[in-house]
Amino acid sequence: MNRDGIALWLTPFVARPIALIGLCVLLAMVIAAAFAPWLAPYNPYAIDPISRLMPPDAVHWFGTDQFGRDTLSRAIYSARMALLIGAGVVFFALITGIPIGVLSALFPRLGHVLMRMVDVLMAFPSLLLALGLIVILGPSVANSIIAIGAGYMTTTTRIIYGLALRLRAETYVEASRSMGSGTWWLVIKHILPNLISPLLVQASFVFAFAQLGAASLDFLGLGAPPDIPSWGNMLAESRTFITRAPWLLFFPGMMIVLTAFSLNLVGDALRDRLDPRFRNAFGGEG
Amino acid sequence: MSEPILQVSDLKTSFSVKRSGRKYSLKAVDGVSLSLSAGEVLGIVGESGCGKTTVGRSIVRLVQPDGGAIRFKGADVLAASGSALRDMRLNLRMVFQDPYASLNPRRSIGDSVAEAGDINKVFKNRADRATRIAETLTAVGLEPSFAARYPHELSGGQRQRAGIARAILPAPAVIIADEPVSALDVSVQAQVLNLMMDLRERLGLSMLFISHDIGVIGQISDRVAVMYMGRVVELSDARGIVDRSAHPYTRALMAAVPKPDPSQRIAGAIETGEPPSQLNRPVGCAYAARCPLVSDRCRVEVPELRPIAPDNRLAACHNL
Repeated sequence: MNRDGIALWLTPFVARPIALIGLCVLLAMVIAAAFAPWLAPYNPYAIDPISRLMPPDAVHWFGTDQFGRDTLSRAIYSARMALLIGAGVVFFALITGIPIGVLSALFPRLGHVLMRMVDVLMAFPSLLLALGLIVILGPSVANSIIAIGAGYMTTTTRIIYGLALRLRAETYVEASRSMGSGTWWLVIKHILPNLISPLLVQASFVFAFAQLGAASLDFLGLGAPPDIPSWGNMLAESRTFITRAPWLLFFPGMMIVLTAFSLNLVGDALRDRLDPRFRNAFGGEG
Repeated sequence: MSEPILQVSDLKTSFSVKRSGRKYSLKAVDGVSLSLSAGEVLGIVGESGCGKTTVGRSIVRLVQPDGGAIRFKGADVLAASGSALRDMRLNLRMVFQDPYASLNPRRSIGDSVAEAGDINKVFKNRADRATRIAETLTAVGLEPSFAARYPHELSGGQRQRAGIARAILPAPAVIIADEPVSALDVSVQAQVLNLMMDLRERLGLSMLFISHDIGVIGQISDRVAVMYMGRVVELSDARGIVDRSAHPYTRALMAAVPKPDPSQRIAGAIETGEPPSQLNRPVGCAYAARCPLVSDRCRVEVPELRPIAPDNRLAACHNL
């Protein structure tokens, strides 16, 4: 991408400082996940029975939990799990949604069947669906990704289906068919390239909702194993200490809210950048 | 006239339409026969919904006709497969109406122009491909550097030039131009029309020129077919259509062309009302309800295309 291209992508963030803040928060999260061993002041697994349930102070900035583990270190390490689940769910939603949505749009008969199946999945609230799947699959990180992903692949599939239906009717697709192109050519050269931008926006929202879903599953004890640091696990473990040590809930809760909120801000900004109706408002391409 | 390069005989194409739960068959094209000689420009003119676009789309196999035959150099287009089909895909090429919709915004002009060659594996190597793209862009009056640009960087006229470039690469025999200038500014229209005439001359193209604008059609066509409700109602050389139109519908079309001198209006040819519903066609002549010459026979019997005096042009009317 050339310099103009980068400038164009940054325009919506510059025009909207709050979106820039969201971007910075996400960047901080990625850095936290990548450099956790260097950034975390303590080993997140190290138990210290002497300093249990310490309130935040100069030694333990976020305080300690009931085993004397450093909350700040655990919160930093949790960013890894958050990114893993988010990326996993987005990947799952796209890897299932793109083929189902595109094929349904290109082959209406197949589409009728597939879309009714998606409708059935959509009828379940996503958390209920995730709980049901976890009960069947058993709790683990990989299964959390599948269980949460199943809920968000439906909306992703719907979006792709709608876009692909519209693209299929475009004159340039017709022109391509009149020159003898097959299904594969149409998908690779005409449909997928036009799906990238809207899917980027959808991915940011799915990523955000995956954070909430993962936190919910962890909190219910159905997500990542309890010893692995994750914001949901931290909440679950410390909920009995809510009156004695409220900081144990405050910090991980804050992280979940901040992450989901930032992702939504970034998603909004991307959508505004990519939706031609808003494009001129930011001085982008006309 | 030599052996026709493209022959359409008794083409019938219908679409099924659902209205309030019931299925209807909409006869978009109802028995159209046309022939196009090598190097000829045949204009097809008619109002919206008369089936002229469907004729073009049937030829490039974008819609499947119910009946009739389309022959390219004697070979059946509708039944072609394998290398014969590939040959037709490369030889029968379409220029689309809206240059803003007919180019993929995510593909460079070069990729769009080379698409037919890429699909049908025409190019020997990348260098050959680049050369052919550059040559073709030059032929339509665009700089070869446009190959790297994207549609949003081009004006409407430039886009339509790119659309024409796409249709003439690698080397087609017939261009089906579906309203190629209707979406353009009047000043740009003339440039694009001149370009098409120039290319026809240089590349020896035959052309099926579809338009609702009888003024444009009369200017660039050798012969003109006038369509109404899925049928050809008059077929003649362009001069004959423009200067001495015979069929009352053609006369109405001519009367609708704005004229600088009001005294030159064609008297008694202004039509009333709208065409009848495509879903519920009248029994006799489809034009009977709007025709100033209507007689009782018109309401029961469909007129066939037949030669009429004095110049033996073809017209479908009982009262000429």
